[in-house]
Amino acid sequence: MAKFETVQVETDLLILGGGMASCGAAVEAAYWAKKNGLKVTLVDKAAVDRSGAVAMGLSAINQYVGIKDGENTVTDYVNYVKQDLMGVAREDLVASIARHVDSSVHLFEKWGLPIWKAEGGGYVHEGRWQLMINGESYKVIVAEAAKNHLGTENIYERVFIVGPIMKDGKLAGAYGFSVRENKFYIFKARAVFCAMGGAVHVFKPRSSGEGLGRAWYPPWNSGSSTYFTLKAGAEMTCQEVRFIPVRFKDAYGPVGAWFLLFKSRATNAFGGEYMVERKDELQNWKPYGLVKPIPANLRNYLGMLDVMEGKGPIYMRTEEALQKIANQYKDDPKAHKAKVKELEAEAWEDFLDMTISQAILWAASNVQPEERSSEIAAAEPYFIGSHSGASGAWVSGPEDLAPPEYFWGYENMCTVKGLFAAGDASGASSHKFSSGSHAEGRIAAKAAIRYIVKEKPAMPTVDDATIEALKAKTLKPLNLFEEHSGFTSQTDVNPNYILPKMYMFRLQKLMDEYAGGVGSQFTTSKVLCERGLELLELLKEDSDHLAAKNLHDLMRCWENYHRTYQAEAHVRTMLFREETRWPGYYFRADFPKLDNEKWLCFVNCTMDPETEAWTMHKRDILPLK
Amino acid sequence: MPSFVNVEKCDGCKALDKTACQYICPNDLMVLDKEKMKAYNCEPEMCWECYNCVKICPTQAVDVRGYADFVPMGASVVPLRSTDSIMWTVKFRNGMVKRFKFPIRTTAEGQAQPTGGFNADPDLEGPVLFTEPDSLGCAVWTK
Ligand SMILES: Cc1cc2nc3c(=O)[nH]c(=O)nc-3n(C[C@H](O)[C@H](O)[C@H](O)COP(=O)(O)OP(=O)(O)OC[C@H]3O[C@@H](n4cnc5c(N)ncnc54)[C@H](O)[C@@H]3O)c2cc1C
Ligand code: SF4
Ligand code: SF4
Repeated sequence: MAKFETVQVETDLLILGGGMASCGAAVEAAYWAKKNGLKVTLVDKAAVDRSGAVAMGLSAINQYVGIKDGENTVTDYVNYVKQDLMGVAREDLVASIARHVDSSVHLFEKWGLPIWKAEGGGYVHEGRWQLMINGESYKVIVAEAAKNHLGTENIYERVFIVGPIMKDGKLAGAYGFSVRENKFYIFKARAVFCAMGGAVHVFKPRSSGEGLGRAWYPPWNSGSSTYFTLKAGAEMTCQEVRFIPVRFKDAYGPVGAWFLLFKSRATNAFGGEYMVERKDELQNWKPYGLVKPIPANLRNYLGMLDVMEGKGPIYMRTEEALQKIANQYKDDPKAHKAKVKELEAEAWEDFLDMTISQAILWAASNVQPEERSSEIAAAEPYFIGSHSGASGAWVSGPEDLAPPEYFWGYENMCTVKGLFAAGDASGASSHKFSSGSHAEGRIAAKAAIRYIVKEKPAMPTVDDATIEALKAKTLKPLNLFEEHSGFTSQTDVNPNYILPKMYMFRLQKLMDEYAGGVGSQFTTSKVLCERGLELLELLKEDSDHLAAKNLHDLMRCWENYHRTYQAEAHVRTMLFREETRWPGYYFRADFPKLDNEKWLCFVNCTMDPETEAWTMHKRDILPLK
Repeated sequence: MPSFVNVEKCDGCKALDKTACQYICPNDLMVLDKEKMKAYNCEPEMCWECYNCVKICPTQAVDVRGYADFVPMGASVVPLRSTDSIMWTVKFRNGMVKRFKFPIRTTAEGQAQPTGGFNADPDLEGPVLFTEPDSLGCAVWTK
């Protein structure tokens, strides 16, 4: 067995993850830490410049409220989010993010992000809340400001966080390993900020060959936030609220610009417009079905009804939309030509900035959007509390906005003392997207520093025996492989262990079939969930036999271990909530209707970190203080 | 195989202390074969086609071939990224070529100032963040 050095780091505030929320946390915490003589450390499994969901870039900033110019109010945003989530959202958290998000966007612009400007000088809006950007370097720019403020000496890249260090029921820090060299890490911290993104590949994706990695959600976020907060004993919320985006089929290119900027229609194969033809269905989902904009899951649902009736494929009418815009210039051939060219570049940039695969697919299929329509389809389920899903940790709201039931001292602190969460890691505050996640990271980081300054928690100590036990557990997959791989002539097939990829396929297959994946038309039931949990239990037992050939595989082992807990939290919560509230995301076949009387509430869960026993809780939906 | 490395162009980043593609891949896919001094994608089916390895390679050795399980053959999308803009060459299966150029940033590389030039000195108590209210352009909203 190769020797692994143990590296111990002590810090006041430990930031886990280097994505949008963490970059917000870093830039904010650095300021308050300098003022108060504190140390802040950030750990990312990848390179902060290009890590997380914004690694490729983005073509739009999805949350901008426009408060200073009176474009919208915080209350407008709160109402929008609450409706979109079928009534289930924390008003205090959404308002807290909405009142700060513009500040993050204005900083992005100063840092160097090109935001499209209209003739009068104002921002170009894609939709009411969305701004168009030249966002190829969005993450690079946001990371740069964070790094410049924090100092690169306080950043650990390529260190994978495995889990929380617990001491006498209290959080003492985090442990992990380098994916580049034989080093095991112990981070002791007085407070921890967790933002390691959401999760993909819990469910089987539509493409399971070479295109396995082309899920809509990036393959490198694997439920580490959920595992970390759960395993620290934090209460979790909305674990049933998965997100299924409708995107251009197969490569999952964005549709936002098409629907909002180009005002394109989506129709079925026979030209029927499901949003018009199936309008009556919306009555069944009152009051949410009757508001504008219609919640995302209901829009999905109406399209799915067409597909299930054999009216697919569903098409985005790109040619019609572009022609309509260009036709406004039809009397001036020169202007018309220029407009067509401009629209074409805008359409391609939308893909090239954030889903280059879609550009390849269009080029490989000889698609020119100004000439013909392209298929759109529902993807597979993902966990992304910052987008249109809502899963994450249950966190405290701000003192001036949160009702007493939602307030326990520090914004964004989990129900575990000293643990903070933001972005995809905090729940019930959907639609924060890239900008809102950054703002929320800032809110949480300031609160975390305030917690350290006011409560003066002692620097935790971790004894050698605990460190050795965590190290042995972390490195076990490497040892298992070394010990047993010589037993068979082909190391992939061996009765003594399971390799991470096959483990992942086993998880995906069971989630697909029992928990409402693509293969079961997003439908589940009590019986299916219960059977799914039985199979998950067997899988969890077998996680003890995960084996790794090298450091890269060791990371894959732990990613899949994390996914398993995200899966279990999801199935348990869908099982508990006996209704269908988000058709288009999932259906409970045995309770096909909305039941506001019993289920207009949050469903939360906790897992005992020691025994791993689960408890489910109903929590009230309350207005602002 | 999503990203792939042209053996003729890759020099293993021999002038650098670590290879650029390995440094940047968010999914830890790029590996250097130390014997051949050539990089390769060790898990093509876990590639998001994010193009970060393509954009960063100093010798333009990395390219992307669309996912074989659903993308027809024969197209290519090639970026050329400079300090302030990116140029894309999109080649269609039928031979048609389109070129696009977009800005990527308005400040010099490395120069993002954390405060963004906003002046503010708020209190650790209360909700006001470090650049606020200046960076908001108005007071922090409260009920
Ligand atoms: C395909 C797609 C398109 C989107 N489009 C838009 C858009 O147009 N506009 C918009 O505003 N928003 C958009 N979003 C939303 C936006 O990307 C997210 O809201 C935002 O990135 C969430 O921030 P986060 O910090 O929670 O997670 P991320 O930014 O994903 O960061 C997660 C971080 O955790 C790290 N990490 C993960 N696991 C570990 C571990 N075990 N150990 C150490 N580090 C770890 C990762 O490397 C990464 O640094 C889109 C999202 C997706 C997926
Ligand atoms: S960055 Fe380019 S030259 Fe350097 S190792 Fe990778 S492929 Fe080779
Ligand atoms: S395209 Fe992205 S995910 Fe694929 S190897 Fe390159 S950097 Fe990694």
